[in-house]
Amino acid sequence: MTTPHQDTTLFAPAGQALGARRAALLTTRHWVWAGVLAVAVVLPFVFQGFVVFQLTEVMIYGLAILGLNLLTGFNGQFSVGHGAFYGLGAYVTAILMQRYGVAYYWTVPAAGGVCFAVGALFGLPALRLQGLYLALATFALAVALPQLLKFHGLEDWTGGVQGIVVDQPDVPGFLPIDTDQWLYYFTLAVVLAMFAGAANLVKSRTGRAIMAIRDHPIAAAAMGVNEPLYKTLTFGVSALYTGVAGALGALAVQFVAPDSFSLFLSINFLVGLILGGMGSLPGCLFGGLFVLYVPNIAESVSRGLAGAIYGVIMLLVIFVMPSGAAGFTRLAFAYVSRWRNR
Amino acid sequence: MQLLLQQVMAGLANGAIYALVALAVVMIYQAIDHLNFAQGEMATFSAYVAWQLIAWGTPYWLAFVAVVILSFIGGVATERILFKPLHNASILANLVAFIALFSILNSGDGYLWDYTIKTFPSPFGTKPLFGSVLIDAHEAGMIGVTAVMLGLIYLFFRGTRLGLAMRAAAANPESARLVGIRVGWMTALGWGIAAAIGGVAGMLIAPIVFLDPNMMFGVLLYGFAGAVLGGLTSPAGAVLGGFAVGVIENLGGTFIPYFGRDLKLTIALLVIVAVLMVRPAGIFGRSVVSRV
Repeated sequence: MTTPHQDTTLFAPAGQALGARRAALLTTRHWVWAGVLAVAVVLPFVFQGFVVFQLTEVMIYGLAILGLNLLTGFNGQFSVGHGAFYGLGAYVTAILMQRYGVAYYWTVPAAGGVCFAVGALFGLPALRLQGLYLALATFALAVALPQLLKFHGLEDWTGGVQGIVVDQPDVPGFLPIDTDQWLYYFTLAVVLAMFAGAANLVKSRTGRAIMAIRDHPIAAAAMGVNEPLYKTLTFGVSALYTGVAGALGALAVQFVAPDSFSLFLSINFLVGLILGGMGSLPGCLFGGLFVLYVPNIAESVSRGLAGAIYGVIMLLVIFVMPSGAAGFTRLAFAYVSRWRNR
Repeated sequence: MQLLLQQVMAGLANGAIYALVALAVVMIYQAIDHLNFAQGEMATFSAYVAWQLIAWGTPYWLAFVAVVILSFIGGVATERILFKPLHNASILANLVAFIALFSILNSGDGYLWDYTIKTFPSPFGTKPLFGSVLIDAHEAGMIGVTAVMLGLIYLFFRGTRLGLAMRAAAANPESARLVGIRVGWMTALGWGIAAAIGGVAGMLIAPIVFLDPNMMFGVLLYGFAGAVLGGLTSPAGAVLGGFAVGVIENLGGTFIPYFGRDLKLTIALLVIVAVLMVRPAGIFGRSVVSRV
């Protein structure tokens, strides 16, 4: 598995001639985003308790997948171990809140910071590895984390196999909403800020350097891109995103235990990333929706064959949209506009 | 000294399992350039079919041969039906298809044969070998089978026209097609061979770990680790890697105080990653040189 090469025609911005149309399109896009945001704000008042919780989870998974996307989709480094960073973020939040009495909103940046440091450190040895060999190293991370969390020498901190129960965050007194709704808005705010950050990052000079490394590492190095620096930093930032998602996840579920952060979590992120679309930011949310809801749907169809049905749905989606939801949408738009121009 | 010897032998016995799986992993990697995540589940499915045949009264060796042939056909069919349409899709799209196949087979096993643990007969018996406590007959038989399969694969790839054609198709599909090799069918053949090796692995592993739908998951992880450690381009390297993983895991678990027992797997993986730092393409692997 070398660099996950994308079909470049899907990535390249439309040509120069379309410049004027693009400006117009951009405003349409702004309207779409404003609409999505309005719906997102209203949703907790339309639905009740559990659905609001699930929607919160979708955003959290979307954020975790965004972290993986920055690394795999934009930088071309492969990771099957991002569940470990998610778990690390969740445990930082749980330990800070329950052992040291830190307020919940401070634990989120703390989790991000710890994960950034660990991710950047892990990025250093990862520099020497490529493709499948890197996948194995990250995979080691995913397998090792639950074992480390269960390790009896660390039990005073981690609570061992039992895990840690996390207190419910308090709703600020002046707001007439319940805890689920408050968690939803808190998550929404963090996720929005993080997505905006990612959108700016990938559009910046740094973002172009990161993508140049994905597309052609040797050419990028020849152009003066500091490959080791950017790769390590991307690893750190990616871990930060997933770690923040983990922190939010710990707050939403109000419980952390080693077995929630198994290899399957990492694989789920990967499935979400690929089905959502590599190198697409909105695709991450589609991925979050898919990995949260589709297993539930499969289970409601048949309890005994839930896994098989989930598998079949995955296959159908990948056959219909081999480049993920994002690639599919782009193709559909291209098709529609070609049809209209005729 | 006795303890060391004992642990090394126990490690080799475990390693034989990993080596078998690593061999299947490398076979399919050679044929299709991807790691098959569903390899373990395919092997489990084969083992279940064998169990069913034996439960219906088929003699062991007849069932064994039947399952090897059925697995081969199943592997070819899987490639033709599921993976040929994804031929031009990205590596990651293929990865999702592997995960989907994993999920389907795992859940299907549980549905057809339920989740209770089943015993599986061993063709070699489980008596200690030569009256020693170090290794029993089944483990020795498994090491023997691994060696024989490795030899057969070597002969097949080095000594037959078909083997040469398969290597050509994997190494350079375009040129291979130009000289008249049917590259698509070579890939399907690679799947078939890998599925057959996986079937043998499943049937030999089942007597040790007992048959249940999840029996191969842990084994596959070690098998991958062994294959990567040995180098994905080298079948013999993968087998040695598999044995090495078994031994490292056992020695680490026994001789490292305090951490050892609980963090056995973590230590084994750490060692592997450390080895990869020094030789990034595995111990026996060739690193790929690319043109700019």
